[in-house]
Amino acid sequence: MLHTVNKSSFERNSLKSCINIIDDTSVILLIEDGVISATKNINSSMIANLANQGRVYALQGDVEARGISSKLVDNIKLVDYTGFVDLVVEHGTSVSWV
Amino acid sequence: MKISIQINEGPYQHQASDTAYQFAKAAIKKGHEIFRVFFYHDGVNNASRFTIPPQDDRNIVNQWAELGIKNANSEPELVVCIAAALRRGMLDESEASKNGIDGNNIHPAFRISGLGQLIEAGIQSDRLVVFGD
Repeated sequence: MLHTVNKSSFERNSLKSCINIIDDTSVILLIEDGVISATKNINSSMIANLANQGRVYALQGDVEARGISSKLVDNIKLVDYTGFVDLVVEHGTSVSWV
Repeated sequence: MKISIQINEGPYQHQASDTAYQFAKAAIKKGHEIFRVFFYHDGVNNASRFTIPPQDDRNIVNQWAELGIKNANSEPELVVCIAAALRRGMLDESEASKNGIDGNNIHPAFRISGLGQLIEAGIQSDRLVVFGD
């Protein structure tokens, strides 16, 4: 399954809830303010492990718009909107955490 | 692949409508079919034909309209939830006359219908992607 998260971990608990519940085959795509959670910060241990497994993506346009490209947690994969579409196609059901 | 989209947030509110639009555009470009876009909750405000953004800003309503998402019968598949629309003062011609109101504001590229259309989109499409707050 594909899980999209569109709010920062400093604003909502949606990323934490998502990580607590997803199975081993699921991937996470951070979009909109959700990309804030892709930066190295006091919450980033939450996603570091998943990122090392290659299961965390972030929407490149939203990362660049917020000027955080150089601060990303290691091994987060950047995708454009076409990549977003591919993730939806590849991973079956998509769940939006808002 | 058949993809449907649900939008729960109005235009210019945060980013959901923009993200959904860019997603829909990329999907169409890749050769996928956008079966239906369902506007729910505050998302119904994306269907107002009265929006006038500044000239140097994107016009979200027109962007959606220009995608021209239609079915085989040439009916728009930009579908606005009727209950969510009516309680927010979003009316098409038929609902305005039915309720004795002297104006309507739904853009002609959109149509008003019920929640059954969202369920049907979920059944008929391979994927349903939700955007919103």
